[in-house]
Amino acid sequence: MTPDTPQTTSRAETGPPLLSMDRIGKVFGGDVVALREMSLEVREGEFLSLLGPSGCGKSTVLRLIAGLTQPTGGTIRWAAPRAPGDLSVVLQEPTLMPWATVEGNVGLPFKLQRKGEVADRIAEALALVGLEGFAKAYPRELSGGMKMRVSIARALVTRPRLILMDEPFAALDEITRFKLNDDLLALKAAIGATVIFVTHSVFESVFLSNRIAVMAARPGRVIREMTIDAPYPRSTGFRTSAGYAAYCRRTSEALREAMEAA
Amino acid sequence: MTTHDADLAQPADAEEIARARRRRAEAIGKWVLPVLVVALTVWLWDRIVVWNEIPHYILPRPGRVLEELTQNWASLYQSFLVTLQLTFGALAIAVIGGVALAVLFTQSRWVEMSFFPYAVILQVTPLVAIAPLIFIYVESRIVGLLICAWIVAFFPILSNTTLGLKSVDPNLDDLFSVYGASRWQRLRYLQAPSALPYFLGGLRIAGGLALIGAVVAEYVGGTGTAQGGLAFRILEAGYRLAIPTMFAALLLIALTGVIIFASLSLLSHLLLRKWHESAVTRDR
Repeated sequence: MTPDTPQTTSRAETGPPLLSMDRIGKVFGGDVVALREMSLEVREGEFLSLLGPSGCGKSTVLRLIAGLTQPTGGTIRWAAPRAPGDLSVVLQEPTLMPWATVEGNVGLPFKLQRKGEVADRIAEALALVGLEGFAKAYPRELSGGMKMRVSIARALVTRPRLILMDEPFAALDEITRFKLNDDLLALKAAIGATVIFVTHSVFESVFLSNRIAVMAARPGRVIREMTIDAPYPRSTGFRTSAGYAAYCRRTSEALREAMEAA
Repeated sequence: MTTHDADLAQPADAEEIARARRRRAEAIGKWVLPVLVVALTVWLWDRIVVWNEIPHYILPRPGRVLEELTQNWASLYQSFLVTLQLTFGALAIAVIGGVALAVLFTQSRWVEMSFFPYAVILQVTPLVAIAPLIFIYVESRIVGLLICAWIVAFFPILSNTTLGLKSVDPNLDDLFSVYGASRWQRLRYLQAPSALPYFLGGLRIAGGLALIGAVVAEYVGGTGTAQGGLAFRILEAGYRLAIPTMFAALLLIALTGVIIFASLSLLSHLLLRKWHESAVTRDR
């Protein structure tokens, strides 16, 4: 990438608010405070990472947004009403149905929405994650990285507006993780969805995000928001650039601050 | 499909060859050894009778049992069919009843709390204690026998299927929630496949129990005017001290058990071979 190519900055890529969380609280079992007074705005089209030590409530934030659990205080407001298929999730485990083929797993969202005639969409999603030819394979025949690709294909297949990812690559080796990070950015650019990405890796969050919300634990809250002002597409070159190193250093400092604040 | 099939075509090294040889030897041994044991046992049985000069009305020689089997084949075969029908009939009702109750239990905690204790009571009460009452109240012998066999067969299906329906991967459960799955969709596409291996395990136990139930019920209830099953033949032959007939009927009961076990194992293998750890063969 040369400096004189027209570049879109990460700020310009993000649009109007998609959803906003206003002083969200979540208490488990009456006395375990997972989140306290947490406010966060998610903008259309951005790649937002939630970074923090374990137990800071990152995953709880995703579960709240996915509607899998309800906040005990505060509100989550969506800018527009959601249709089924607008939101999808990728979890740390690939979470595939072992009894179904790759095709069956990727087609699950359609099956649950009673949509037929989706073979093309499934093939398209598999092509996007580079798994053409594996439609009839069973999950146990695939490697960890390939299973995660199936999981990502399933999240893409409905062309969602928002994808929630909960440490999806944490269990993979570094080489596979780098490859999937590159591919994820390409996929996001291709379908133009908003991504909220939970991670405890500074490097991953800097490489992927427009914005990083650094969270502290006990109680979970956002203590710092950082903007990564580097243009997309980001390539391997970005990973070795001085700017990347500087962002990583600043983010690491913010993370240390978060751990001391706990 | 090319990348993961390619592993099979890789050149074999010495260790690989040794492993293949070991596998082949194991496959042969799996069939040859049991046959050898049976042959040896039958031979020993024959010798013991001859050496000790045991009279045939106490312990017949194996040849005599075989002779009895061929001579009385027509009537023994009829009884064999009756026992087979009774067992599979009871098993079928046990599957329908057990699965239906399990689904009901997992759909409603209240139903489970209300009825599970009674399922347990039914299971722990010995069949021979209940059977006489059943035969007093139930007019038809066949229906009575079916009820008896059902009582012993249905519990493993109920308890295993209930366990299976509840053993759903919590992450998959969340995923179904995110996509707004209905209760029925969750049952059909998530709980039912998750429960399948558990159900099949229960079915294999229930198959054996259904046979035991059918035999015990016939001992208690008799068959009246209808064609008797194998248990009835043993009972009747016992009164006449026709020991070879008893052995012949016993042989057929054991054969029934083997048929049930083999067919249910085959069913389980066919349903699970593509994906479940228990049925998938792995290279070591």
